[in-house]
Amino acid sequence: MTQAILQLQAIEKSFPGVKALDKASLNVYPGKVMALMGENGAGKSTLMKVLTGIYNLDAGQIVYQGKVRSFDGPRDSQTAGISIIHQELNLLPELTIAENIFLGREITSRFGRILWDEMNAQAAALLSRLSVSHTPQTRVGSLSLGEQQMVEIAKAISFDSKVIIMDEPTDALTDIETQSLFKVINELRDQGCGIVYISHRMQEIFTICDAVTVLRDGGFIHECAISDIDEDQLIERMVGRKLADQYPRIAITHQGSRLAVKQLSGPGVANVSFNLNQGEILGFSGLMGAGRTELMKMIFGAEAKTQGQLSLNGCDINISSPQQALTAGIAYISEDRKGDGLLLDLSVKENMSICALAKLSSGLQLRHNDEMAEVDRFIDAFNIKTPSRDARIGNLSGGNQQKVSIAKGLMTLPQVLILDEPTRGVDVGAKKEIYDLINRFKAQGMSIILVSSDMPELLGMSDRILVMHQGQISGEFDAAKANQETILACAVGKTLHKDIA
Amino acid sequence: MSQSITAQPFYKRINKEWLIENKSLIALFSLIFVVSLLSPNFLTVDNLLNILRQTSVNAIIAVGMTIVILTAGIDLSVGSVLALSGAIVATLIGMDVPVMVALPVALIAGAALGAISGIIVAKGKVQAFIATLVTMTLLRGVTMVYTDGRPVPTGFSDTADSFTWLGTGYVLGIPVPVWLMAIVFIGAWYLLNHTRFGRYIYAVGGNESAARLSGIAVDKVKIAAYAICGSMAALAGIIVTARLSSAQPTAGMGYELDAIAAVVLGGTSLMGGKGRIVGTLIGALIIGFLNNALNLLDVSSYYQMIAKASVILLAVIIDTKKKA
Repeated sequence: MTQAILQLQAIEKSFPGVKALDKASLNVYPGKVMALMGENGAGKSTLMKVLTGIYNLDAGQIVYQGKVRSFDGPRDSQTAGISIIHQELNLLPELTIAENIFLGREITSRFGRILWDEMNAQAAALLSRLSVSHTPQTRVGSLSLGEQQMVEIAKAISFDSKVIIMDEPTDALTDIETQSLFKVINELRDQGCGIVYISHRMQEIFTICDAVTVLRDGGFIHECAISDIDEDQLIERMVGRKLADQYPRIAITHQGSRLAVKQLSGPGVANVSFNLNQGEILGFSGLMGAGRTELMKMIFGAEAKTQGQLSLNGCDINISSPQQALTAGIAYISEDRKGDGLLLDLSVKENMSICALAKLSSGLQLRHNDEMAEVDRFIDAFNIKTPSRDARIGNLSGGNQQKVSIAKGLMTLPQVLILDEPTRGVDVGAKKEIYDLINRFKAQGMSIILVSSDMPELLGMSDRILVMHQGQISGEFDAAKANQETILACAVGKTLHKDIA
Repeated sequence: MSQSITAQPFYKRINKEWLIENKSLIALFSLIFVVSLLSPNFLTVDNLLNILRQTSVNAIIAVGMTIVILTAGIDLSVGSVLALSGAIVATLIGMDVPVMVALPVALIAGAALGAISGIIVAKGKVQAFIATLVTMTLLRGVTMVYTDGRPVPTGFSDTADSFTWLGTGYVLGIPVPVWLMAIVFIGAWYLLNHTRFGRYIYAVGGNESAARLSGIAVDKVKIAAYAICGSMAALAGIIVTARLSSAQPTAGMGYELDAIAAVVLGGTSLMGGKGRIVGTLIGALIIGFLNNALNLLDVSSYYQMIAKASVILLAVIIDTKKKA
């Protein structure tokens, strides 16, 4: 391979009680996309924070452009040509694209007056390079997540970055947005940028990356060209053991309808009808903004519907609040764990039992012992890795947080479980465990709605798949016969379900 | 790993984190220690009971304030609610209405007044600061109109005498307001730690949209929190009125700030969702002891304000350090 532009060599970093990095290494080559893989907690984020100087390293060295360097913070490393695009975007929604790109280094005259024309012109040039169709004066808050990501990339390019690190860049993107991101990555690569690509999505790694570095437990495990490794070997290296079949679909004979949705309409959802059977996993596909989350929140009573009727086990039910939905036996696990899923400052126990407290109290009084026993039972059954039931949930890994979320819904003993992106931001090992759990509920006869943007997951887990486009259902597929291309075609609005069904 | 921590002897657990975690308690004890060296009159039973009685009004208001702040709100109207409830109870006692009737009426009136703020915050989606700034001014105005700006005497009936006992009486040698304060704290502790409602308070303050998606009736929880805060202010109003045998229309002005200071000194986050009621008790005691100490040490009331502000500033700075 060519000479590396950036080398992290045997980096060590300890926090009180944990050795987060133990001889972690990473090489970045100009004109190559390097995948950085590892389970959650493997040290990927810590390594990036050491690189940009947010953390000081205990041992090891950073060699950049042939010199040993250290950086005082993100601004310092960015000026030197190393940019990070974080999973959570660092943009100010109320400012324009140009203001965001040049935040803190506005182009000014000698007396400090901002030269708007100059700044907007430079921003426009960057945007056209990334084929973003908005003007630099557009407010960032009005952009889609994918477009906001492009603004972050524009910002990185404006620093003349030689190394760009992308942390889970496609997690919130639709497939179309992902495609245009890949186009940009390819261009950057051709221009000689070194790119570090952190993702849990195997397919993307094999599509876009040239080489891969695997970390496990804070240490360097493996580096090789992407053509020299296959998916199974990669997962093996990440988890340190062999994984069984990723999507162990189980066959269940469905016994009649559980939930019927008739002509449901409301903000972002138009005239949706479908049937969910007992013991069925019904997948929902669609692009971001297709109305899937809105539809689910409407079924759950968290968003108002303008018309439509739900019936559960043949009886009409009227749901206008989440309380009523939970009482009726419908549980919803949010896609946005940090936003509206978890109470990050509260403990594992308090998060898990919050929906089921009515069952765990006599009158006003909480039955603490019953609560603890119930929580322990779920921690055990779900294999949740936490120091104790009283640990702050914000300190758990993404996969374990997600398991707590699911346990929270299950404690209400639902008949219908709605899972919105249950494996987003969850590492491979924990994903498998979540799939196993979902299958276990299915075997018990629970009806499950699985909303997911992860196609292989949707195809692998669901019995049937419904596709949404602009608030409507644009297609229905038998998962065994469906494939990615037809579903995607449906998601972008081609109605071809008649040919399939 | 957690086992090795709990198995450590006590003195080994005294590290920086332990000190920050228990800073308000440490501050309280150092305050008591220093002042008892400086003034021989400080550490006497009489003076301590005096301090507790003086603290009780602020502490009772601070309990309600803690509950509201835990929901990520704030209630600036407590002083006005105190004055209006005081005027109501004074009128009733003046009309010879039995104490056992007048008290519940005043407490319910306080709860209703608090609920007004709660409804504006929860249903009107108005920021708590603005909403209660409005009710603070509104209710003060109502009090002024109602009392015509003059004190409302409770009169000289037997009823008035038994009412006055609430502010001046003793049970087992301990002032009645101190008993009331103790009951309120135990009640609030039970509410926050052992009931569903208490858990919901933390949930709403911690992450409102997550609480809503968890099936919690967020609006009801908020309105109830403000109603509790209002009834605590009313109880404080009853004590103040009973002590003076009349209700002052200007009573309770500025009390909201002392209550908020007690809550913040006690370590409760103004962002909501984090805090303990015991902390508020300690916070209220620090303010009470500080006031008393500055008086005993003959510090002028002008300097007292500066001293109090410095203590609060220090506590808040330590708190932000912990988060960083």
